[in-house]
This record gives sequence, structure tokens and C-alpha cells, in this order.
Amino acid sequence: MSAEAIRVPARGRPVRRLFVHQLRAEQLVFWRSREAAFFIFLFPVLLLVLLLSLYHGGKYQGEPVRWEVLAGLVGYGCANTTFAGLAIQLVLRRESGILKRLRSTPLPPATYIVALLTSTLFVFGLQAVVLFLLGHALYGTPLPSAVGSLVVTLLIGAAAFAALGTAVAMAIRSAEGSSAVVNFVVLPMAFLSGGFGPNNGYPAVLRAIGDVLPLTYFLKLVNAVYLHGHGFWTQPEALAVLGAWGVAGLVLAIRNFSWEPRGR
Amino acid sequence: MPAIEVSGLRKAYGNLEAVRGVDFMIEEGEVFGLLGPNGAGKTTTVEILEGYRRRDAGDVRVLGHDPQRPGPDFRQRIGVVLQQSDLWPNLTVRETHAIFAGYYEAPRNVDAVIALVGLAEKQDARVKTLSGGQKRRLDLGIALIGDPDLVFLDEPTTGFDPQARRAAWEMIRSLRSLGKTVLLTTHYLDEAEQLADRVAVLREGQIVRIGTPAELTTTDLQTEIRYRENGEEVLVRTDEPTRVLAELTSAAVARGEEIEGLQVRRPSLEEVYLALTAEESAE
Repeated sequence: MSAEAIRVPARGRPVRRLFVHQLRAEQLVFWRSREAAFFIFLFPVLLLVLLLSLYHGGKYQGEPVRWEVLAGLVGYGCANTTFAGLAIQLVLRRESGILKRLRSTPLPPATYIVALLTSTLFVFGLQAVVLFLLGHALYGTPLPSAVGSLVVTLLIGAAAFAALGTAVAMAIRSAEGSSAVVNFVVLPMAFLSGGFGPNNGYPAVLRAIGDVLPLTYFLKLVNAVYLHGHGFWTQPEALAVLGAWGVAGLVLAIRNFSWEPRGR
Repeated sequence: MPAIEVSGLRKAYGNLEAVRGVDFMIEEGEVFGLLGPNGAGKTTTVEILEGYRRRDAGDVRVLGHDPQRPGPDFRQRIGVVLQQSDLWPNLTVRETHAIFAGYYEAPRNVDAVIALVGLAEKQDARVKTLSGGQKRRLDLGIALIGDPDLVFLDEPTTGFDPQARRAAWEMIRSLRSLGKTVLLTTHYLDEAEQLADRVAVLREGQIVRIGTPAELTTTDLQTEIRYRENGEEVLVRTDEPTRVLAELTSAAVARGEEIEGLQVRRPSLEEVYLALTAEESAE
């Protein structure tokens, strides 16, 4: 985005005008940071190229294993962007005083939060599109057939992970090392849940750990929708577990939310 | 209507009473200094007025609002420079101003504000490349972008070199000429003396003195009269310098002598401040 993208907006309906203004600001802030653009947006895409070249043959749930790997990376991308990326950004902004500074302006807190979440969702949406298109172009994975169900599934997953990311951000006390802490959660979770390829060959202990993680259930949904073209509603158990994680995250996030630095 | 009215303000954090019954009033257009050592309750007081903290007791009115339950235009009319805060490191000075301008109904012109705070040459520089003083000017710029009536400056020059401080003082003086009300906290005496119309000295959560810098120095400490007698330094501190001087000088005139090394001096604000803030530890 160019420097021209941010202008003092024309007058309009206040809340909508503020939302659009803040959404553009968030997008500028995100893409301007090379670290964020690389680790959050590009990293799952690089993993796709790497992993799909490693897995060529084999079947998973009756479909080519590459399809599952792609679905897994969409799941990892979701956790990486809306959980890890959001958590790290929130900690940095809280600890650097940006959140506190914004609180003294007329920007309503809810508008700020909604704009930040929408911006994060937009990044993930773009990432999912790139993953599906790149997989299709380079490795012949099919494009999703049940698009409506896929969009709903990704929205549910993004919402649950964003709630959990906010909860984790509020549990982290200082900006120093926050990205290490968050990645220490995300990378093993992605591995254990099958985000980097099928986990059915893992030892029982690892699979048992994977069975409580939210990404496992999100991937069940994505697999059902993407691999088999089923509707998202055909997986009530996965929806329930993912939803429970999301609600727990939301409760903690709201209860512990702080606009002010904690580490000093 | 005064810009700020505070009476009986109290705030405790657990067992620590940070503010213990503070009263003051700030008129529109006034530059008011809250002065005191670290931990005296300055920032707590200011953050209650800004709406960041809830008070335990007392009445507070800021631009006619209770900052705990402010009306919709409260944040349109205040500008805040926090003691410590960073901005988005990868955005430029101009982008940062434009983002903040978008939050207000009637913002000032972005270029004009950037020029006012002296960052015109740096307008396309990323925030992370700015020096400490330039970052502080950026803080001031975004505090002014909404064209506020009331500006809070919490230790705006802490950590500045002398030149940067002078430049910041010039900017704060220009706020007065724009008709803004300014509440400034500082632990630098010369800063309060240079900038503030009136000063309140806080110590351990209470105001120990309030008035113009001149009033503080004339009403507080005793006048010092020094001279030499038989080669020895004599120091007299008195509340009645006229009478003491008259006695001294008439006696000397009667003896036909000149008083050696006669000096009469008022205490500086610094001495008043040190005396006020040190009283507790001396007791």
C-alpha cells in the first residue's frame, strides 16, 4: 500500500467512517512491517511449496495426501495469522503504549477492535486464496467445491483463534519474547493436529494430545468441506469443540483485556 | 467556566495512597504546572483527569465532563501526551498524523501541525528512525491534530538534551498563544517556572503549595540577609526583612561604618521546591 492510501477521510456516518479509516490504517501498519508480512502471511505459503514437493503419492481419507497437506496448511495459516499474529501484534501495541494512546482519542474501543479483527481476517482470507490457487497451479490440488461451506468454516475458525489469540495476548506480560512464546504454542499445535501433513502415523501419545487441541477440530471441518465437499454442519462434534475453545478464549479475553502496558 | 475543577480527589492502589485529597482549578487558557518528585501522584492525578483511571473519592470536572463518564465530545476536545508511549514504528510521520486526524470531527490541517511541531523535514521519515526528541514532537503533533481545547503533557521533556528542551518549551509557549489550556506535569523546576502561569507542588499525594511561580517564591521561605561582621559571615533569615535591614543599617550608620558584604536575596523557586518536598524527610 502506498503512502497515499491513508488520507484524512471525508465526513460521513461517524462509526462507519471510523471503521473504514481504521481498517485502512491497520492494513497499512500490517503490510508495512516486513516481519509481519513475512512470518504471518508468507511463511505458510513457503511451507506449502516445501511440503507439497515432499508429499507426492499416498492417500488420506481416500483422497490424495497432497489435498490433506493443503487443507492442513490452510488450518496452520489460520492459527498463524489470527491466533499467533494477532496475539503478537496486540502485545506489542499494548506494551508500546499504542493501545493506551488510542484510548484517549474519539475512536470507540469497539470500532478499533472490530477493525483490527477485520484486518486480520482479511489477511488470512487473502492467504487462504493464495494457498488454494498456488496448490492448484503448482501441484494440481483441486479448487474447493463447497465454497459457501468453506467460507463459513474459515470464518468460524478465524473467530475462535482470534478469541484465543486475544486471551493469550492478555496473559503475556511483556513484549520481549512474546513471539517466541506464541510460536512455542502454534508450531507444536500445528504439528500435532496434522497441520503439516497427516498425523495418523504419529505415536498414540502425540495423537492423544492432538485430540484436545482446537486446530485438530478445525482441520476436521476443513477436511470434510475441502476433501469431501461436505457441508460444515455435517461435523457437529468438531463445531462444538472448536466453539467451546472459542468461547473460552472470548471469556478470558474480555475478562483480562487491558489497554495499558503491563510490563513496566 | 474553568477548564478543570478538582476537589477532594483521592486514589489508592492497594495500600498505597497515591493521591490524598487534592483540590485545584484551572482556568481556560491557563498553563498549569503540576510539580513534584517521582511518586508524588502527578501522573495518577493527570490520568484520572484524562479518563484513564477511576477515582476513589472527590469531584472532578474536565471541560464540564466527568472523565469517568465522559460525553461524546470529551475526547474530541482533549489532546494527550503520555509519559511513555510509542507509535507504529514503520509508518511515516505524515501517515501517523493522518491516521490520528481521522479520529476527529474537525481536525487541524496535517501539514500545518507537522510544521508547528517542527517535523516538516521529517514528514516522510519512518517513526523508528526519529530521535528521542523528534518522537516527543510527534507525540505532541498527534495530541494537537484534533485541535483540542485542553492539552495534557505528562513530563514532556524528560530525557531531552538542553537544546531539545528549549525547542519543546517554545512549542508549549505557542500552545498558550493558540489559546489552549495546558496541564503540564514535570519534575523540572525551571520548566515549571518558564512555562506555567500557576504551579501546584505535589508531595506524597497532596498539594503542599499552589500559586504563580512569583507567589511561591515570595510567600514561602524567609528572606536571607548576609553580611560580614569582624570577618565572620552572618546569615539572618527573616519574615520581616524591612525591619531587620533598617535596624542593621541604622546601627551601622550610627557607628559611621559600612556593613561588609551586605546581600539581600529572595529564595529561588528551586529552593522553595526543595524545602517543600524535603520537609517530610527532615521531620
